[in-house]
Amino acid sequence: MTAALTTHDLVKNFGGLVATDHVSLSIAKGARHALIGPNGAGKTTLINLLTGVLQPTSGRIQLMGEDVTAISQHSRVKRGLVRTFQINQIFADLTPLQSLGLAISERHGHGSDWWRVAGTDQGVVAEAVETLTQFGLGDVLHIPTHHLPYGKQRLLEIALAFACKPQVLLLDEPAAGVPEEERHDIIRILKSLPADVTIVLIEHDMELVFSYADRITVLVNGGILTEGSVDEIAKDQRVRTVYLGEDAHD
Amino acid sequence: MTHSVENAMAMMTRTTRWSHWETLFWLASLALLPLFPNKALLFSQIAIMGLFALSLDLILGYAGIVSLGHAAFFGVGAYVAGLMAKHGWGDPTLGLLAAASGAALIGFVTSFLLLRGSDLTRLMVTLGIALMLFEAANRFASITGGADGLQGMMVKPVLGLFSFDLFGKTAYLYSLTILFLLLILARRIVYSPFGLSLRAVKANSLRAGAIGISSATRLVAIYTISAAYAGVAGALSAQTTQLVSLDVLDFHRSADVMLVLVIGGVGWLYGGIIGAIIFSLMQDWLAGITPQYWEFWIGLVLVVLVLVGHGRLQSYARMLIHAITHKGRVAHPDQRGTS
Repeated sequence: MTAALTTHDLVKNFGGLVATDHVSLSIAKGARHALIGPNGAGKTTLINLLTGVLQPTSGRIQLMGEDVTAISQHSRVKRGLVRTFQINQIFADLTPLQSLGLAISERHGHGSDWWRVAGTDQGVVAEAVETLTQFGLGDVLHIPTHHLPYGKQRLLEIALAFACKPQVLLLDEPAAGVPEEERHDIIRILKSLPADVTIVLIEHDMELVFSYADRITVLVNGGILTEGSVDEIAKDQRVRTVYLGEDAHD
Repeated sequence: MTHSVENAMAMMTRTTRWSHWETLFWLASLALLPLFPNKALLFSQIAIMGLFALSLDLILGYAGIVSLGHAAFFGVGAYVAGLMAKHGWGDPTLGLLAAASGAALIGFVTSFLLLRGSDLTRLMVTLGIALMLFEAANRFASITGGADGLQGMMVKPVLGLFSFDLFGKTAYLYSLTILFLLLILARRIVYSPFGLSLRAVKANSLRAGAIGISSATRLVAIYTISAAYAGVAGALSAQTTQLVSLDVLDFHRSADVMLVLVIGGVGWLYGGIIGAIIFSLMQDWLAGITPQYWEFWIGLVLVVLVLVGHGRLQSYARMLIHAITHKGRVAHPDQRGTS
């Protein structure tokens, strides 16, 4: 069985700094795979390489067995590799319905239609309403996103990615900054994501990682320290030293 | 479920519907002709400037592309239409189409220079392109007439029926019709999924890429469309004044159109037209009072507008219009906020 997402000897240098150091990952289809590591471990660079925001210095990336190293970010999205952002990246003056409509139209190949009014494609609107309702945003369809409370914006952040129908979804600290009482909403949503969607979770929050992930890769100084099941990682003495010993919430 | 979808569709398309004040606006612009017949030439200049500013609004207001060289496309359109009229291709419609194509071509080619870089880069690149075109037109005086202007244009009647008159009646109705048609088209474009995606790219191009939108193709497309619009404005100017000189490519024209758009408000299509009306009337009026110093007052208005905040003045104006068209029922500010 081919893996959903693999990297081969991925390297990224910024001048003299090695931000990604020969990273070879293999993430199985349908996995709940966490990437953890202390600050500066290269998690953000890695996610930028995977999604195509950055080009690697060397190495290859494969999505569903296909080499995607050279293709652009938006083309990777169309092939099913979608991400969320640690800091919300939403369209401030658009509504949640418009935002999801964009993602869904784009996926259907109608995103460049210029001769019809946006919102007249019943299929697109129906899907957007359904997804937003599923994400607990059914009551704020028409409110410009910058007026939404932070927790709702966080849900929209994930809903936007989900609307792209990802095969591999990269979640960059999905619960970052969300107050305790609203975390349950996020976690409920994460647990309800379809089993066939491969999830890569980049997270600081160990509680969330250990309760959600089935495999964990530990990054240190741009390279892979170790990879294993939740139990193996929890017991690993090196991981304890470099990571768990530190304050997880910097 | 289906009910909520229909409701959602209605809410999404609600703000895109043609409103009463728009009908009123266009009827009033038609009524100007019989009311002030001796001002028709001025009105046609306003319509043309309005179209030019509308073209800038398409890139600045909807895609966030700042330009200090938009006169490049106005000038290309003016020279294309002017040269055609000079060489026996004086049919106005044909001239418009050729001018739009010529300007669109230049817009398309140069758009790739704007895909990367900051606002400052874009300002400088657009400025530079306009300067180069200006000098090229100056250099090839044998074709363009250089500083003396293009001599011997013969513009035929519009659609073979309406010849241009001395008072500018045909010129105004012709320019107004083209402005109206292109505004309708611009409305379709900005309210479409394509137009919405432009707003998304403008708001957050990082995220637009992350949901599969190719920012580059969107920006190239709207820049090309905007250039075509500016080219049509240039062609209208050439055809209605039977005059093309280097002035069509001059820097002051790029600066003026930015000024006009800022006066009228960026990002709502009518801003360019309203701005052109205010700008031209002020210019006309102030030049009558202080022929040498009218630009001082235009400058003052600009400074006040930018400092007081355009949104505030604009919402007052909208409340006023709304109050008039809805007989005193003033819209709640929050309702406007969600549009």
